[in-house]
Amino acid sequence: MTRYLITRLLLAIPTLLAVFTIVFLVIRIVPGDPAVAALGDYASQDAVEALRERMGLNDPLPVQYADYLGNLLRGDLGTSMINGKSISEQIAYVLPYTLQLTASAVLFGTLLGVPLGVLTALKRNSAADYLGRVFSLAGLSIPAFYLAILLIFTFSVRLGWLPAIGGGDLYGDPIGSLRYLVLPTLTLGLIMMASVTRLTRSTMLNVLREDYVRTAKAKGLSKWVVIFGHALRSAWLPIVALLGLWTASLIGDSVLTEFVFSRPGLGKLLIGAILQRDYSALQSIMVIYAAFVVVVNLLTDLTYGFLDPRIKHN
Amino acid sequence: MQQAATTTADLPKIRTHRERAWNTFIRNRTALVGLVMVIVIVLIAIFADDWIVATIQGREPVPLLAPYDPNIQDTRNRLQPPSAEHWMGTDTYGRDVFSRIIYGSRVSLMVGIFAVLMGGLIGTALGLMAGYSRSSIENTIMRIVDVFMAFPSLIMGLMVLAVLGSGLDKMIIAIGIMLAPGFVRLVHGATLGIRENDYVLAARALGVSQSRILRLHILPNLSGEVVVMGSIWIAVAIRVEASLSFIGLGVSPPTPAWGTMIRDGVQYLTTAPWLSIFPGIAILLTVLAFNLLGDGLRDVLDSKSYD
Repeated sequence: MTRYLITRLLLAIPTLLAVFTIVFLVIRIVPGDPAVAALGDYASQDAVEALRERMGLNDPLPVQYADYLGNLLRGDLGTSMINGKSISEQIAYVLPYTLQLTASAVLFGTLLGVPLGVLTALKRNSAADYLGRVFSLAGLSIPAFYLAILLIFTFSVRLGWLPAIGGGDLYGDPIGSLRYLVLPTLTLGLIMMASVTRLTRSTMLNVLREDYVRTAKAKGLSKWVVIFGHALRSAWLPIVALLGLWTASLIGDSVLTEFVFSRPGLGKLLIGAILQRDYSALQSIMVIYAAFVVVVNLLTDLTYGFLDPRIKHN
Repeated sequence: MQQAATTTADLPKIRTHRERAWNTFIRNRTALVGLVMVIVIVLIAIFADDWIVATIQGREPVPLLAPYDPNIQDTRNRLQPPSAEHWMGTDTYGRDVFSRIIYGSRVSLMVGIFAVLMGGLIGTALGLMAGYSRSSIENTIMRIVDVFMAFPSLIMGLMVLAVLGSGLDKMIIAIGIMLAPGFVRLVHGATLGIRENDYVLAARALGVSQSRILRLHILPNLSGEVVVMGSIWIAVAIRVEASLSFIGLGVSPPTPAWGTMIRDGVQYLTTAPWLSIFPGIAILLTVLAFNLLGDGLRDVLDSKSYD
């Protein structure tokens, strides 16, 4: 187990390094001059030249790369090309909002999706099963931003129950900010729940056919012991393996969700950087996102190792 | 004569592989619904106007299925709610929302199909190379794929589009690049399995050239999986295209695209909800259609392996 842990941790390092390199290279393929793109076509030659110098764009590529990696290692994400503000500070301010949303959506999707998947597998071909499958397919097909709009239309515009935009004051009034969390969590949570339900159902259906489940039933064990002690215990593995993947795709969907709800967060920062052509901010935000996903995958691997006795006792 | 007829009827009908697959597909109701929906949507996109006839006659196309020209502005009829005249109401310029939704299917389908073709071609080529070569090439390709997979797909698409700039062609490239790593993984895994089969070994022992083995023995056997995932990834591509258009990175106006329509309409959500609700239903149904079709195709493929 310790060896598995250490290998996984060490393997994450080259992945991170490669991810940082790809972000660096992609940003450098920008056709034209990023300084001109940031300042607009009518900027004076002097202003463009000053920005190029300040951003280190005049240095040779290897020097830029070394600077970039050095800064990342020191935790310095640079300054915005547009407003000159520190990017690290901006990210530090909005990151708790994104983490709050991601965590609550993953919890919502898993805690509701797994039981629903088990239930629909047990009641195969019943009305509940049919409804569950329709729900899953709808959840797989609806874009996050459209679900967000439908929820805003129903719960904010029509019913007036919940605020439509903003993220509340997470730092000053954490309890009050929960009101702002409900609709974004529903948006991402329902989409995640659809995938979780679908996979739990199909894994459970496979496991329920196994010999040891039949044996457990034949031994006269109660239905619940068979389901939780035998079937679900091995069905957990593929579910956990994919949880990481879904969390990663949820992080992608959170960009749109934050955008629709005008909720402070990494996603809103990212879209702002893209629309303003702020390439230095874009580069840093991409680095944070990729690091986020690498960490999520690492956590998945570790949970997996903890749950799978073959790895745990090896 | 009569005798002969009954004996032939008594014999079990011998079905080809293709017939059996088709029968499984037809009996799978969700798949059939998906197929019909996809066909209807494709027909809507093709016959939104009479561009086929118009091109031959050398004139501008006129609307065929769409009741109005999607770009004709009628400022006296701005923001009209749905009525008999305008089934889905009118937008801020007085344009007919229903007609714009019909024309908007073109952008979605084009991006969906061409992005998947692009990602599929790149991904299949690299995946075959990685799976069959089993050398440092395999290692290099698969490590690069791992790194690309570290980005959430939507964020990958956003980054590429931010770098390339907006437009239909760039949207296709961005989503194609976003999908390629998934295809590489799929094809790589499938190739690893197929290359161990005896018939591949036999072909190699007979001295069949590597490109011929790839073309005649390996490619046909993994095409099923690629087509299934292709259908599901068309659904993903259409959803991503709508999302990117919604952010404001889509095709430039006035070309109608569903995501852009929702973007323009969402600020009128309280007064004119039809502007954003109806295009969203179009996205949902189209994505659903390709998901159903992909699911059904997968069932057919699975049943084939049971035979």
